Amino acid sequence: MKSEAPGQELEHKMKLEQKQELEQKLKEKMELEQEKAAREKEGEEEQVKRETSGKEGGRKEREEREKSAERGMREEKENRQAKEGKKETSDKKEKKMKLSLPTEELMGSGHLACQGCGATLAMRYVLKALGQKTALCIPACCWSVIDGPFPYSSLDVPIFHCAFETAAASAAGLKAGLEMVGDSETTVVAWAGDGGTFDIGIQALSGAAERNDDIIYVCYDNEAYMNTGIQRSSATPYGAWTTTTPVKHFKNRPKKDIDAIMAAHRIPYLATASVGYPEDLYKKTKKAKDISGTRFLHIYAPCPTGWKARPEDTVKLARMVVQNCIFPLYEVEFGEKYTINIRPREKKPIVDYLRLQGRFHHLTEEHVRMIQEEVDRNWERLLRRAEA
Amino acid sequence: MKKVIMGNHALSWGAQLSRAQVIAAYPITPQTQVVELLSEMCASGELKAKFIKVESEHSAMAACIAASLAGARTFTATSAQGLTLMHELLHWASGGRLPVVMGNINRAMAPGWSIWTDQNDSLSQRDTGWIQFYCASNQEVLDTVIQAFRVSEALLIPSMVILDAFALSHTYEVVDIPDQDKVDSYLPAFNPPVRLTPADPHAFGGLTSPEHYFELRYKLQKDMEKVPQLIEETGREYERLFGRYLGQVEDYRCDDAELIFVSSGTAGYTARVAVDELREAGIKAGNLRVKVFRPFPFDKVRQILGRAKKVAVVDRNISYGHHGIFYQEVKSALYGRANGATVLGFVTGLGGRDMTPEAFKEIAEVALARDRAEEDILWIGVKR
Repeated sequence: MKSEAPGQELEHKMKLEQKQELEQKLKEKMELEQEKAAREKEGEEEQVKRETSGKEGGRKEREEREKSAERGMREEKENRQAKEGKKETSDKKEKKMKLSLPTEELMGSGHLACQGCGATLAMRYVLKALGQKTALCIPACCWSVIDGPFPYSSLDVPIFHCAFETAAASAAGLKAGLEMVGDSETTVVAWAGDGGTFDIGIQALSGAAERNDDIIYVCYDNEAYMNTGIQRSSATPYGAWTTTTPVKHFKNRPKKDIDAIMAAHRIPYLATASVGYPEDLYKKTKKAKDISGTRFLHIYAPCPTGWKARPEDTVKLARMVVQNCIFPLYEVEFGEKYTINIRPREKKPIVDYLRLQGRFHHLTEEHVRMIQEEVDRNWERLLRRAEA
Repeated sequence: MKKVIMGNHALSWGAQLSRAQVIAAYPITPQTQVVELLSEMCASGELKAKFIKVESEHSAMAACIAASLAGARTFTATSAQGLTLMHELLHWASGGRLPVVMGNINRAMAPGWSIWTDQNDSLSQRDTGWIQFYCASNQEVLDTVIQAFRVSEALLIPSMVILDAFALSHTYEVVDIPDQDKVDSYLPAFNPPVRLTPADPHAFGGLTSPEHYFELRYKLQKDMEKVPQLIEETGREYERLFGRYLGQVEDYRCDDAELIFVSSGTAGYTARVAVDELREAGIKAGNLRVKVFRPFPFDKVRQILGRAKKVAVVDRNISYGHHGIFYQEVKSALYGRANGATVLGFVTGLGGRDMTPEAFKEIAEVALARDRAEEDILWIGVKR
């Protein structure tokens, strides 16, 4: 966290102006094309349908994406302009502000993640909370690669790279082994993606949870098999494009409710978290660290590559998803006590969130409406559980 | 201390005496008694170990691998469907250089469901880089578990100790259970050169490019090649302490034999009965019982079979599209060194079909009538 020197501030302002100029030019171009498109669509329904999938590409798709990107950029510009006035005073504030997360890094640079990878944010914050006396079991997933190839590793904690299905079983075995050789302090963590948790790893996870094995299971959820090239998993949300759910056969099943499944195991602690709310994630991880038995953290981690979103939108998406109640932040203790951590005063419409991701661009208004209904239903159900 | 125990319990006693520290196991007929006794031993404190009651064999091997990486001595047991479910992870244990020791009850693979013995389950794992011991008595089972830990931990290669379903697993025999102190002097605590610990953080088993992978596998093979000598050396040490020698093979009356059976498991003991009866009938028979199948005992096989005129390899298994598996391996070991011996391959006893001394005598008859191997599979006992 650095505050900017005066010279840097000016440079920043100049770059901002240049960007604003570009934005203006782009806006004008877009508006021209929009008028043309509107004329072409005269007499038809006002729906935007995607003919081609994400991979197939095409001029039309690119135009659509630029349009929605433009909308997003305009929003950002407005927000930024509003903050401009406050910027100088907030800079001064930063210098005096107490940092809410430790500065020590257990994750180094030089790792292999994509730009804007949410999974790296998740790892960084979780390790800050757990500290160096941690051992990770990482099954096949993006993080098997992100950490770096042999003989390198970007983490300052030991990692057991384990077989795909085995994150929870390996963690249970590792914990038992460490205890038998005299180490009962090291926190053993299974660190898996959604594929290795919701699908192929669910048996081992259920087994460990039923036995209440003394491990923390962290699932970083980027909502598809990203490491193998964006194939659908049972964590993929309804409506999403993936390489195995192309636009004409988009994913037509809802996201599996892994948190309800884990709650049914009555484990001492489970929580959802988002990389857009690092302090909440940090707090929950710290809380989990001090509990014995099986603890489960479900972390929402955007993947710009797989979602066809902009890398710079990762944090934004990770905040929107909580604000629109698609991915509420809550905790469950022993499957009974529900605590909702953030109750948005007004639920943001999901369409703003969907629009920022190319994987949803083919959806019609009808689809969006259906999804909104489901989100509403899920939120109401969660509220009832929290009240009970 | 002498006890009358079943083969399965000999495995449990072996693990207990070896002071296994982490056991992760899942029940399957006919292995269940192994883990039941181990559970009791853990509960009573006789065995100071953590017993993870996993929800499948795949998780059992996964947990053992991870526990071994932490530096703990690990044990598990399974059979047939359970063993094959572990297949992916068998590669993981050997590739990861983790000395897990596992008991496997040889049981025929489904479908149809069978709980009776043949060797296809363990033999179809022969390429996974595990040491394979085939036992023919409960005493041998117990002794082999202890020696397996010794050999495995010295060379960081996992082992499986194999016994026939029911013919050995559920058969009661007198077993001399060694003193704990003596076993401790033979088998010290597991002390791996590298273990997973935050005190010295490393990533184990990560992305390995063609630049590095080849040498890792080369090393595994090179260490496998050291196993025969280590088995001999530690076997002699065990003999000095306990009076029993394991070795890689059992040579029964092969010295002047003209016809030698090659067998394994309990069939290897049945063969001895047939050898004696044949000898009484004037036929110079002998039996070579293979106790260590991986690494294959090339030297012993060549040395012992080199003198025979006829070799009858008796397989209680088959590699479909090829021949009996011991037959393939014996033939390849003798290639260019057979000294003119006729090597014949017999397949019998699949799915637990009983193998009797009469069957061996029938095999002898067929073998003696042939000067060349015209068929690569001579089926014995198939109902036609």
